[in-house]
Amino acid sequence: MSVTVSIPTILRTHTGGAKRVEGSGETLAALIDDLESSNPGLKERLVADGKLHRFVNIYVNDEDVRFSGGLDTAITDGDEVTILPAVAGGC
Amino acid sequence: MLRIDQHLVDEMIAHARADHPDEACGVIAGPEGSDEPRRFIKMVNAERSPTFYRFDSAEQLAVWREMDRRDEEPVVIYHSHTATEAYPSRTDISYAGEPDAHYVLLSTRDPETTEIRSFRIVDGTVTEEEIEIRS
Repeated sequence: MSVTVSIPTILRTHTGGAKRVEGSGETLAALIDDLESSNPGLKERLVADGKLHRFVNIYVNDEDVRFSGGLDTAITDGDEVTILPAVAGGC
Repeated sequence: MLRIDQHLVDEMIAHARADHPDEACGVIAGPEGSDEPRRFIKMVNAERSPTFYRFDSAEQLAVWREMDRRDEEPVVIYHSHTATEAYPSRTDISYAGEPDAHYVLLSTRDPETTEIRSFRIVDGTVTEEEIEIRS
């Protein structure tokens, strides 16, 4: 099984400039481990202390994984995974 | 340098004034690689706060997908400070995740005039740049 993962500009240094990469895994955590093997350095930009980094949003299809189980979110064949930088700040 | 049309500056100021005292935020999209801000997109501040802003994650996904379909990128990412100067805060810098974007800050602390400044924020380094407004 395989899913397509969209990579934001800021993380493309880890994918050789690619906008989209392929990966596999039963859960988001497993998918990220699989991506790390072919895109070294990506994982530490996504995960900190075993949790999703607050600077990124990860979506499985249309669902922000923060609301659907975080790194334990199930992935099935053909899912579309999108990574975006969280846009936030304050004075 | 940020080159931007007057009407887009007017839209950012109107949005910041309308949402004051909460922070306002949004994006101006442009063709990929053009560095030309063209399509104004007002975003919801999911925090609805005078001291913080955060794009609503579902709205952000929809907007980023639409930009992807149109071969656009976020040329400008703007937000307002409502009680402090138009300069990136420590939080702004830590979240800045679009290395190619112009980060535009507006300050609405003065009721008469809106301060507007533009920055590049790359790897935690802030560089202010000039704004050339075209009529």
